[in-house]
Amino acid sequence: MTKEHHCKLLVIGAGPAGYVAAIRAGQLGLDTIIIESNALGGTCLNVGCIPSKAIIHAADEFAKAQHFAGKSPLGIAVKTPAIDLKKTVAWKDAIVKRLTTGVGGLLKKSKVRVLAGWATFKDGKTVEVKTKDGAEIVRAENVIIATGSVPVELPFLPFGGNVISSTEALSLDAPPKNLVVVGAGYIGLELGIAYAKLGSKVTVVEALQRILPLYDNELTRPVAKRMKALGMHVHLGAKAKGLGKGGKELVIEVDGKEETLPADKILVTVGRKPLTEGWGREELVLDMDGRFIKIDDQCRTSMRGIYAIGDVTGEPMLAHRGMAQGEMVAEIIAGENRRWNKAAIPAVCFTDPEIVSVGLSPDEAKAAGHEIKTALFPFTANGRAMTMEAEDGFVRVVARADNHLILGVQAVGGGVAELSAAFGLSIEMGARLEDIAGVIHAHPTQSEAFHEASLRTLGHALHI
Amino acid sequence: MGEFVIKLPDVGEGVAEAELVEWFVDEGANVREDEVLAAVMTDKATVEIPSPVEGKVIWRGAKIGEVVAVGSPIIRLEVEGAGNVKPGEASTKAKEAPKKESKPAAKAKPNGAVVETKASQPVTPAKAGAQIGVSAGSPPARGRTGGEALGAPRKEGEKPLASPAVRKRALDAGVDLRRVAGSGPAGRITHEDLDAFMQGGGGAPGGARARTADTSVKEIPVIGMRRKIAEKMETANAHIPHITYVDEVDVTALEDLRAKLNKERRDDQPKLTILPFLMRAMARAIAEQPQLNSLYDDEEGVVRQYGGMHMGVAAQTGAGLVVPVVRHVEARGLWDCAAEIARLAEGARAGTLTREELTGSTITITSLGALGGIVTTPVINYPEVAIVGVNKIQIQPRWDGAAFVPRKVMNLSSSFDHRIIDGWNAAVFVQKIKGLLENPAAIFIED
Repeated sequence: MTKEHHCKLLVIGAGPAGYVAAIRAGQLGLDTIIIESNALGGTCLNVGCIPSKAIIHAADEFAKAQHFAGKSPLGIAVKTPAIDLKKTVAWKDAIVKRLTTGVGGLLKKSKVRVLAGWATFKDGKTVEVKTKDGAEIVRAENVIIATGSVPVELPFLPFGGNVISSTEALSLDAPPKNLVVVGAGYIGLELGIAYAKLGSKVTVVEALQRILPLYDNELTRPVAKRMKALGMHVHLGAKAKGLGKGGKELVIEVDGKEETLPADKILVTVGRKPLTEGWGREELVLDMDGRFIKIDDQCRTSMRGIYAIGDVTGEPMLAHRGMAQGEMVAEIIAGENRRWNKAAIPAVCFTDPEIVSVGLSPDEAKAAGHEIKTALFPFTANGRAMTMEAEDGFVRVVARADNHLILGVQAVGGGVAELSAAFGLSIEMGARLEDIAGVIHAHPTQSEAFHEASLRTLGHALHI
Repeated sequence: MGEFVIKLPDVGEGVAEAELVEWFVDEGANVREDEVLAAVMTDKATVEIPSPVEGKVIWRGAKIGEVVAVGSPIIRLEVEGAGNVKPGEASTKAKEAPKKESKPAAKAKPNGAVVETKASQPVTPAKAGAQIGVSAGSPPARGRTGGEALGAPRKEGEKPLASPAVRKRALDAGVDLRRVAGSGPAGRITHEDLDAFMQGGGGAPGGARARTADTSVKEIPVIGMRRKIAEKMETANAHIPHITYVDEVDVTALEDLRAKLNKERRDDQPKLTILPFLMRAMARAIAEQPQLNSLYDDEEGVVRQYGGMHMGVAAQTGAGLVVPVVRHVEARGLWDCAAEIARLAEGARAGTLTREELTGSTITITSLGALGGIVTTPVINYPEVAIVGVNKIQIQPRWDGAAFVPRKVMNLSSSFDHRIIDGWNAAVFVQKIKGLLENPAAIFIED
């Protein structure tokens, strides 16, 4: 006899969207089950946001040490530093373990039942789970689909062997001597830059004519400059064709000419796609929005009682978007009146230097029909940036010309990811330039650049 | 000779503008010091503006009814000596000063010339009796954000601007923020705005609600015909002590007769309503009670009793109530009355009636037909002596001594000028009409 579970809410997928939905539902007293086939925490905790930041941090620290081994203007001298990537990866894994265990604890605290296994829809209210002990059935009044996304595979460069995805790139034994990164999006560049710092000779192949196509040139220029300084090669407008001899090189095509790049590892980061197959979508009648599951402003799908959140529902595929959706849907199912009404979803790119974008860029604002005022404040004029040897970059503010409402804030520079909170807050609170100009920003901090950029947009910056 | 500009002084705490309600001086007039020049009205009080100097009025800066910002020039005087306008400062320049400019008077002081009425002559709130005009009707308490946003108004279709906490509260309360005016910078909706909106009935705890309290006040000037009606009703109510008397009339026989006559009428004859019958019955009743055909001239202390019976017939038109007059009912037959009523009603609707056709009646018949209700308290068409109101005809069970039988019954609600008609006279009059209508043959019997 198949084991059967009944619940008020079933969440499929325990990534950041799913586990947050489950925790919130548990807090609200909903009888909740969450199903996950891999480790709790999904891509984000296991093979995404968190582990990549760990590797990036290790790479930064190593690069600093190497910087000291040369001629450091700081007067610090060290002997030749070395890195044992195995240890780095073990340290990274420990962090991941702590976090995923933490998620398990949080789910337990919220009285959420966790089923480990692969879920498949039988119908809109019934899901079969293949656990290690056999198939079990879950019948639920409400279901949240939070199946997430997976790396896109190139047909002529299938993953395996030396062709790796971001997942494998986070668990290498040693930095590859020659690393070719296919795709100059944020995942490819974050990891590419990290490995360049760890000693790999990194070449980036990008089909478009620019890197980081999500951001404008002004924002990506300091990154391109840094990549050059790190000795990275970038082939723009180049197409990967396939593996060369012995699987140790990549054939690319630039301007109609073929070139061969030596490659011990080929990291393919050409995007992620929603995971919409393999869990019985064919048993349901879900309207789609392109590759994604179509949802409304309450994350409802075209089927009553079935919700979808996270990467499976569309761009931007970001953990914090999914978390916010998860929280909202749990509250909706608990009977509260909620609607997606966020003013902005911040996007952070942990390249060197980091990029933050919240709200609209100048071009986006203009395209949306706004008359705008915009100005940037460079970190070269920021005292704290100088003391951290992080003078590249700036903070840029975009505001409506008529009432100075802040529409967007972007920044590029060392450690600017942390400024995203201030940027997001200003937009969600409906701040005007005068509001930011009227806030005392602590000196000496990089955040002063936000203050100054606002002042400069108003026409009276003090320190430039 | 110099020019002296008087600006609208700061008339009170937080007042940025005031309505000019009266000019006490004309252009070209000579004014003495302390002479009152104008009165302005704020939402708090009417304030008189005295002249701080002696001079001649050469320019008045606002028309009556115009709203003037504090600090903007309202009058120019030609004065002995230098005045307070520098020669280069052409007066035309100031004339173009925006009326809404709310520069406080004190701010312009560095010129050393702005009249501070407060200093020279205290601004005195005028006596209550001196208040002029109708206040702009300050709306009922609805919080400071009721209708107009203090911040920049939101354009159609633009997303409402509010902090996440406000958005959440709005969702919890079932309030659509698109309907809430924002008072904050850039039109941001604050917690207070939301409070005000919900206090106004906009929100509904526990669920979305589509209804909102409408706090708007529309001012409709009472002019033309409506004003005339208002005045006349006021006079009637103020002068005439009404006595209203209601009795039921069994119109079964009358309705049978009317139906028969209507069925057999010639094409050139109008369709009969109940009014010509009533009119003829009243003519017979008045013949016995001539005091019902009189006008009381209360100023002269005389009652004028008339021979000719002129009866008003109230008619509702698009513009309001009019009362055309059927003249000399005593000389008209049933069909004649009916034709005249029809003609006058048509004229009233078309607005083609002459003064002659609208005046001279001593008594009026008012009927709302199917809307007639059970009882009305008609107001006498001043200076007439009485008004007879026809209520609707209903089929009612009535006791005929052996059984209940269905009867067509109708009430007559009649008001009389109690100064010259006693209750007893009124009752006799109505009973006479009742008797005639219940036995309609009697209306037509020539004695």
